[in-house]
Amino acid sequence: MKCDQCDNEATVHEVTVREGEKVERHLCEQCAVQVGIASESSQNPIEILKMIVEPPGTRQAKAAACPTCGLTFEDFRTGGLLGCANCYESFEARLLPLIERAHEGGLQHTGKIPTRLCGQAETSKRRVLAALIEERAHRAATIRKQLEDAVKSEQYERAAQLRDALQKLTQEQAAGDE
Amino acid sequence: MPPPGSQPSTPPNPPHHPHDESGVEWLRGEGAETDVVLSSRVRLARNLTSFPFANRASSEQRQEILDISRSAVRVAGIADRTLWLNIHETSPADRALLVERHIISKQLQRGRAATVGEDPRGVCVSLPVERVSIMVNEEDHLRLQVVRSGLALDEAWRQADGIDDALESAVDYAYSPRLGYLTACATNVGTGLRMSAMLHLPALKITGDIEKVKKAAGDMCLAVRGFYGEGSEAVGDLYQISNQTTLGKTEAMILADLHERIIPQVIEYERLARKTLLTKRSLALHDQVYRSLGLLTSARLIAAEEAMQHLSLVRLGICTGLVKHLSSKTVAGLMLLVQPAHLQRTVGRELDQDARREARATLLRERLSR
Repeated sequence: MKCDQCDNEATVHEVTVREGEKVERHLCEQCAVQVGIASESSQNPIEILKMIVEPPGTRQAKAAACPTCGLTFEDFRTGGLLGCANCYESFEARLLPLIERAHEGGLQHTGKIPTRLCGQAETSKRRVLAALIEERAHRAATIRKQLEDAVKSEQYERAAQLRDALQKLTQEQAAGDE
Repeated sequence: MPPPGSQPSTPPNPPHHPHDESGVEWLRGEGAETDVVLSSRVRLARNLTSFPFANRASSEQRQEILDISRSAVRVAGIADRTLWLNIHETSPADRALLVERHIISKQLQRGRAATVGEDPRGVCVSLPVERVSIMVNEEDHLRLQVVRSGLALDEAWRQADGIDDALESAVDYAYSPRLGYLTACATNVGTGLRMSAMLHLPALKITGDIEKVKKAAGDMCLAVRGFYGEGSEAVGDLYQISNQTTLGKTEAMILADLHERIIPQVIEYERLARKTLLTKRSLALHDQVYRSLGLLTSARLIAAEEAMQHLSLVRLGICTGLVKHLSSKTVAGLMLLVQPAHLQRTVGRELDQDARREARATLLRERLSR
C-alpha cells in the first residue's frame, strides 16, 4: 500500500472514528512523523522495550523538575545528590528502587524519631504501617526480579502484565502514605 | 554576619597548638582493644528543613545555614570549650591541618568546585580534646562526628545521640516518617548514621589474609576504607571499617552489629595473625620490625607514605613485645606528625617536597632515638 501523501510504501496505519465515521490514514514513516502520529525514535527496538518496561508517565516525569528546588532526575543521575528534602517525594517512584537496593532492601526508617515529632507519631499505627510497607516492598522486589527475567527471555506480554502489577503496588503504596 | 551573641570569629591559627598531637582523641591510645583499634567514630548526617541541601543552596543560603547552625551549636552546648572555624576564611595550611587531624573531610577542605570565591562553610570542634566536631555545609548541612580512642562505639554513639537531641531542640531537621532523616545522598537516608572503627592490621597484611577480611566485609555490606576515608589508600596498614546501609535498621542494631560482632571478630583475626607470625615466623618478623626501626632512625630523606609503612611495622613490633623502648602512642603520634601540613607546622615554615622529606627524616630520628 502506498502512502497517502507520497509515493513511499505506507508503514503506519491509523484508524480513527470521527462523528460515527471511520477515517483511515496510511502513511510512510517520514510523513507519519511530519503529521505527528509517529515519533522518530519509535522504531528503535530499545525505545520500544523501554515503553514496555517503564510504567506510562515515567517518560514525561523524566523531564519534570522538583517543584521546590528545580533539580531534575537527570541532574540527580549525573551528580548523585538530591537537591532538597522534597526531592524524595518528587522522584519517589524512581528513587525508591534505588534506595531499596542501596540499603539491602530497607525501605522503612525504624530508627530515631525527632523529639518534636514523637507526640504526633502513634507508635502502634506506625508499626502496622511499617509492617505493611515492608511486605509491599518484598512483593515489589519479587515482581521486579520476575520482570527482569521476562524481559531477558523476551516474554513481552508477561513483562507488560508484571509491569502493571508493579505499578498497582506502587499506587497502593502511595495511597497508603497519604 | 554571625548572629548576635555567637562566639567571636576565630583567629587563623587555632589557639591550642594545633601541630601538637596531644589534643587528638584518636591518638590517645587509651580505652579497649588499643593493640588493634586506634579509634571509634560515629557520624550523623542532618539537614535543616526550609533550605535546599548544601550542594544546591546559594552562597547566601549557605551563609544563613552557617549562622543558624552556629547559633544551634552554641545553644546545644556540645562541650565546655569549643572552637568555631569558618573554613572559607582559614588558610590552606590550616585546612590541610584539620584534614590530617580528621576534624574535617577533604570535601569540606575543597568546598564546592563550581563556586566562584569561597563558599560559606565551617566546623565546630570541642577542646581541649578534639572528640566532637560538627561540619557545616559539607555534603549535608550538618555532619556531627564523635571520636573515641580505642573500641568505644557505644560511648561515641551515646554522646552523638545526646548532642543530636540537643541540636534538634534548636533547629528543625528534614525528616520523613518513612525514610527517616533526609540526606543529600540517598545512601545516608534513614538514620544518617555511620559508625566506623580505625584498625591497625599489619599482621593480616603480611599474611595476605587482609583480602579475606575485605571480601567478608563487602559481603556483609560493610565498607573498608583507608586512613583518610573514602577513596584513600590504607597507608600504614590502617583501615576503617564502617556500615554502609542506614535505612531499615535501628541505630542500636547498627551498633550491635559492629561493636559486638564484626569489629571484635576482625580484632581476633588480627591477633591470631600476629601470634602466628610470632610463633612460626619469629625471626622474619623480628627482622622486618628492626629493619623498619633502623630505617626510620637512620634515613636522611623520607616520604610520608614510606614513613607510615615503617611506623606501622614498628607499632606491630611494640604490640607483639619485640620493641620495648618505645610506646605505641609515640608511634601513632608520629603517624600524624609526618603528614605534610603537620610537619610544616612543627618546623614552623612552608617547605617544598624535598625539604619536607629531609625535615621528616630529621623529626623521626629525633623522636625515635629519645
